[in-house]
Amino acid sequence: MTEPARIRNFCIIAHIDHGKSTLADRLLEATGAIDARNMRAQVLDTMDLERERGITIKANSVSIRYTPPGGQEHLLNLIDTPGHVDFSYEVSRSLAACEGALLLVDASQGIEAQTLANAYLAIESGLEIIPVINKIDLPAADPVRVAKELAGILGGSPDDIIAVSAKTGAGIAEMLDAIVEKLPPPEGDPEAPLRALVFDSYYDTYRGVVCHVRVVDGELETGDELRFMATSMLADADEIGVHLPASRAVKKLHNGEVGFLITGIKEIDLIRVGDTVTSAANGAERALPGYNEPKPMVYSGIFPIDGDDFERLRDALERLRLNDSSLMYRAETSRALGFGFRVGFLGLLHMEIVRERLEREYDLDLVTTAPSVQYEASTSDGRILKVSSPQDLPDRAVLESIAEPFVKVMIITPSEYVGTVMELVQQRRGEMGEMTYLSPTRVELHYQLPLGEIVYDFFDQLKSRTKGYASMDYEPAGYRTSDLVRVDILLNDVAVDAFSTIVHRDKAYSYGRQMATRLRALIPRQLFDVPVQAAIGGRIIARETIKAKRKDVTAKCYGGDITRKRKLLERQKEGKKRMKMVGAVEVPQEAFVSALRIDE
Amino acid sequence: MLPPNSIELADLAAGWRSAYVHIPFCRRRCPYCDFAVVAPGDPHTDDLADLTTRYLAALHTEIDMQPAWKPLDAVNLGGGTPSSIGAAAIGEVVEHLDSRYGITLGAEVSIEANPEDLSEELVEGLRAAGVNRVSIGVQSFDDDVLRFLGRAHTSQEAAAALEMCVPYFACGVDLIFGAPGESLNSWRSTVATALAAFPQHLSAYALTVETGTELWRAVRRGAAAPDPDDQADKYELLQAAAGAANLVQYEVSNYARPGFSCRYNLSTWGQGEYLGFGLGAHGHRAGVRSRNVRGVLAYVKAVESGDLPEAGRERPADPEMERLMLGVRRSCGVDLGRWEETATGHAGLQRLAAAGVIEIDRGRLRVLRPLLADDVAATVLSLSQ
Repeated sequence: MTEPARIRNFCIIAHIDHGKSTLADRLLEATGAIDARNMRAQVLDTMDLERERGITIKANSVSIRYTPPGGQEHLLNLIDTPGHVDFSYEVSRSLAACEGALLLVDASQGIEAQTLANAYLAIESGLEIIPVINKIDLPAADPVRVAKELAGILGGSPDDIIAVSAKTGAGIAEMLDAIVEKLPPPEGDPEAPLRALVFDSYYDTYRGVVCHVRVVDGELETGDELRFMATSMLADADEIGVHLPASRAVKKLHNGEVGFLITGIKEIDLIRVGDTVTSAANGAERALPGYNEPKPMVYSGIFPIDGDDFERLRDALERLRLNDSSLMYRAETSRALGFGFRVGFLGLLHMEIVRERLEREYDLDLVTTAPSVQYEASTSDGRILKVSSPQDLPDRAVLESIAEPFVKVMIITPSEYVGTVMELVQQRRGEMGEMTYLSPTRVELHYQLPLGEIVYDFFDQLKSRTKGYASMDYEPAGYRTSDLVRVDILLNDVAVDAFSTIVHRDKAYSYGRQMATRLRALIPRQLFDVPVQAAIGGRIIARETIKAKRKDVTAKCYGGDITRKRKLLERQKEGKKRMKMVGAVEVPQEAFVSALRIDE
Repeated sequence: MLPPNSIELADLAAGWRSAYVHIPFCRRRCPYCDFAVVAPGDPHTDDLADLTTRYLAALHTEIDMQPAWKPLDAVNLGGGTPSSIGAAAIGEVVEHLDSRYGITLGAEVSIEANPEDLSEELVEGLRAAGVNRVSIGVQSFDDDVLRFLGRAHTSQEAAAALEMCVPYFACGVDLIFGAPGESLNSWRSTVATALAAFPQHLSAYALTVETGTELWRAVRRGAAAPDPDDQADKYELLQAAAGAANLVQYEVSNYARPGFSCRYNLSTWGQGEYLGFGLGAHGHRAGVRSRNVRGVLAYVKAVESGDLPEAGRERPADPEMERLMLGVRRSCGVDLGRWEETATGHAGLQRLAAAGVIEIDRGRLRVLRPLLADDVAATVLSLSQ
């Protein structure tokens, strides 16, 4: 065992591309945990998608043995954290497993909103922060400016900030020493009943659910009978180990130590991130603080383009959920799109990742409906219904009001773009809050916005208006009643549920007009006139007409050439089979996909 | 006499045997045409007279090569421009077919002719050759439209040709409508002039842009393409005018007086059997569809070395599909057969019936708006059976 005084548990807080994974690689290399020969880039990021996108979705941990010059050997436990706002709960649990954090910032770019949000979160959680400026080898690096910015935010002197290049290895030794010297060792009571925090879990086909744990009090021993306090689940500690980074079994984990725990539990649902593990007999009375049920923020319908793929989609979602207990879904039937699922996500990136994994890893062709949020509908009999699908909105006769989720948004942008950012936020019904200059050229803006206004394309708009320089972060800020209506799109007098949406009344007309115009262009002419209408309740707010097709016939079967005509007709017939019927209207699948595509 | 649009005539036609003879030679290649055609300037046409002689010799050889059959109810010489080879050569082909297979009493012996070829002499020669039906490639009575279509004749020549043929033949007028630049009035007057000549038969085809043609290239470069709605307007104009002139519509593009519908066409739409002779010709016998090569030298050489000039043959996997696809083109409609049960309750088809596009009566499907026949056919074929 390593005595707690010689343990340092820390994480790295960084924006995408600011070099976190490369820095972790360099740490492993510098301490001899991995030799350069066996080094593969970004050891910590195990999922393909993580490597490609350069982001961390699942937390990971690795234990490093390090002996500072002239000192004793220390155990440095690097606990990886997700870097994205969608996974802020996961971030908070990872932070709870640490005593300190490296705040890693790109020397050419400065601090970004998500990084700052996570840094605030770390400070609030009582973590000691070591600011580190990375990529000082780059020609565009401006470590002096960035150091000033960091000192301005965190306090202290710009001169104390460590400058490194994870690429060349410059400054790494200094950083290692700072970890040992500046970060506090773990506290905790070795004699108290076991309390270990589950800060991550994943599903392994052979071993079942693997938990990443941080022992806070007492000790965890192989063979112990355990209880998961949030779910009251009982299980045996079949295997305990550490990642060095290769996993190695150990007999015990003591207070302050970090490692993995395998219990034979196969269902990911039974082990929740943030839960506390204690002994089944004479266990701790109180769980560690901070546990939350995962709550989806964004919802979307996911339907297979080929109806026969429904079962495959179900299997794929089940498998994804094995590793991602925050993924919520239930079967949904759409008259237009057939059988599919309404899926809840932690945020937009989460949604995008899930969809991409479904398409890529499970080879599914999908239609995804416009993302929406969960509304609260109050009815005349005093009930409040949660509505995550526009179809579920109660009838107007009993609907009293609709409340929508708001979020607090923090945006960091170069000051020259403040005007255009404000304009964007106003268009999205935002309310201005504080505005702080981080430096003469960078501004931190605070707003309250309806979540429904940012799930659509807010982030893309923000990026394009600021040439990619702005960054943002958001957190829930409760529900508010708004003047919301459901806009339905009718094709030949039949409502197409896939296109129904809940929007603010002021935006209903433009949404209705936009969809009607789009669909008129996307749906091929039929054998009769097809009205495309947008409606609120029974009231039509926009109308277009797809004029009837008048001619569809081969002029001539010349010289008895029947074969050619037959082939043409066979193609036409196959085309018809791929059409979705909405009432009597044939709609090509591509029309749904294109109409729902998010671009303006 | 059976009306051209009667079920009885259509059923009868399915049992007729025909021969199609392809004469590929043209004075010039029309910019919209993608048929198997040989025109001056094409490869191997330096000595066109010699090529024509070799081609006709090969044609006769092919007539002898194909297996013996029963007597023919219809002979159709198409092209190309069959009238361009002269009455004597046409007479030899008809006579050869008669000696080889026999031609029944009252059979239709039909030829496509261009106005610029028609003279008193040719009319006399064709009558002597046993030709009893002439289909004249008028296309339009508007000289601007004729120029756009790249035709070699004028509207005046077309009128003269009609005047010569109507008294002696079952005479058909062939028209093309909907060329870019053709006004509705121009088409109205073309139709009126055609009907005033009192033809026994009228075919009118919407101009289409076929891949690889000069018109196709022009359209790709940005020239105006035919407009389907404009063509629909013109189609409906013709339907009304032809009806008023007592011409009965019996197929998407064909109108006739009773007794004068084209046998060869009716037979094709009824899945009848036919022999195909010449370049690019198609045949249909004993359930097998065959097609000849499209290159003139390939054709001549194959036949000269004693081989059938076939480019391919197949036995359609689903003759019922063919029956439906061809049958819906006829005004008398087609029996739904194995699709009857699903079609009767199908919402889309019911909607089409309500909109007056189709009619289903005792298992028989009729397309009341023939311009939509392909869509209707595809809808029925996509139903489960």
